[in-house]
Amino acid sequence: METVIQQLPVVIGALNEGFIQTLKLFAVTLLGAFPLGLVIAFGSLSKIKAISLTTQFIIWIIRGTPLMIQLLIVYYFPGLVLHNPIWGGGEHGRFLAASFAFIINYACYFSEIYRGGIQSVPIGQTEAGLVLGMTKGQIFFHVTLLQMIKRIVPPISNEIITLVKDTALARIIALQEIIWAGQAFMKGSHGISGAIWPLFFTAFYYLVFNGIVTVLLAKFERKLDYFR
Amino acid sequence: MKILEVKNLRKTFARTEVLKGIDFTLEKGTALSIIGSSGSGKTTLLRCLNFLETPDEGAITVNGETLLDCSDPSTLNEKQIRQKRLHFGLVFQSFNLFPQYTAIQNIVLAPRLLAKENHTWDKIKNDVYEEAVEIFRNIGLYDRMENYPHQLSGGQQQRVAIARALIMHPDILCFDEPTSALDPELTGEVLKVIRKLSEQKTTMIIVTHEMEFARDVSDHVIFMDNGVICEQGDPHEVFSNPKEERTKQFLGKYIG
Repeated sequence: METVIQQLPVVIGALNEGFIQTLKLFAVTLLGAFPLGLVIAFGSLSKIKAISLTTQFIIWIIRGTPLMIQLLIVYYFPGLVLHNPIWGGGEHGRFLAASFAFIINYACYFSEIYRGGIQSVPIGQTEAGLVLGMTKGQIFFHVTLLQMIKRIVPPISNEIITLVKDTALARIIALQEIIWAGQAFMKGSHGISGAIWPLFFTAFYYLVFNGIVTVLLAKFERKLDYFR
Repeated sequence: MKILEVKNLRKTFARTEVLKGIDFTLEKGTALSIIGSSGSGKTTLLRCLNFLETPDEGAITVNGETLLDCSDPSTLNEKQIRQKRLHFGLVFQSFNLFPQYTAIQNIVLAPRLLAKENHTWDKIKNDVYEEAVEIFRNIGLYDRMENYPHQLSGGQQQRVAIARALIMHPDILCFDEPTSALDPELTGEVLKVIRKLSEQKTTMIIVTHEMEFARDVSDHVIFMDNGVICEQGDPHEVFSNPKEERTKQFLGKYIG
């Protein structure tokens, strides 16, 4: 017990550092996947068959394979197969590769949620806008979008909470996120080795962070309660 | 003065011919009622006039300007259609108010977006709001302007929808069964507004199942059956003395 107390500041310091990497990946994924998902949703809703079929094919590939494999392919394929290591080495390169894989993966999931959201807004809303002389763009941004957002908050919340935990997968390409940092104390890090408790300790970080995310999302959901 | 001329309008969905050649004209400042059973093509006709459907054949002329002529592809241009729509207003059976906006925001949205495109919003903003308030007074909803649609009754929502159409100053205001989604009590308040509009000589086309109302308010009535105009004329004449067998049958069901 005594040693644990002595080790605690060192462990927390290392875990905090790992958690910052976790948060960065989380934030970058959301920032990229929210808009990209919308583009993909429009792609799969396109009236041009070639576009909608291609998009749906990509969605099938991305949703049909494990994110962990996608991370490995994104990170290693350019260097090992194409002999063009575009990501560069080091933590920075690993972060770029992880961000790329996460954004594509989550954008595909978001796109399907968006698609459902867009289709669930009654066609009468669009027709009312058309009859009033609005353009399709105006109708989307001023009429449909907010109604769609209101409908998709619950399923998107689910994805966001999953994302918090999915960031741990980036460890497969040695991104030094929080689980990687916790695990390091088993092998030896900062002069501590054979310690398994720091790994268990990482769960608290996820739990607390997801608590905050849940509260914020519920707040946002309530904010949209003013209309039906 | 002839404000609207519809010539040989035809529309087929899948393999069902819904409109089989519709011809009629409308005088400025008059109200036209279109009656007929469900599936007779009334709603499709209104939707064609508002460019929500593109007819397969025929022409639509407003104020002498040919808005649509199916034999002339240059009239089917997507960008121009938007401008052409503004000749018509449409009030839907299901209101279709924008739920995230208050009643007054619902009314001001379209004029605001249009003016912003033309960079005239700052100039006309006050006028638009003044007019919106004036319209709310006329339809008896001055005290409900700041309410959201879900806080309004069906009748109130439909009145707001009428206001939303009015502020665009359409040449012709169309109603697609405006009271069919309302109970009898609420129907009255909507009909009152439409009646008032007809007294102010608003040019209107009203698709309705309210026979008594159609007879009292309109200057002309069209009875549609199975995609064609079966009978038309002065409403008192058509209602009390229908010539066609089909019209008699149809009206008989209402009079009982």
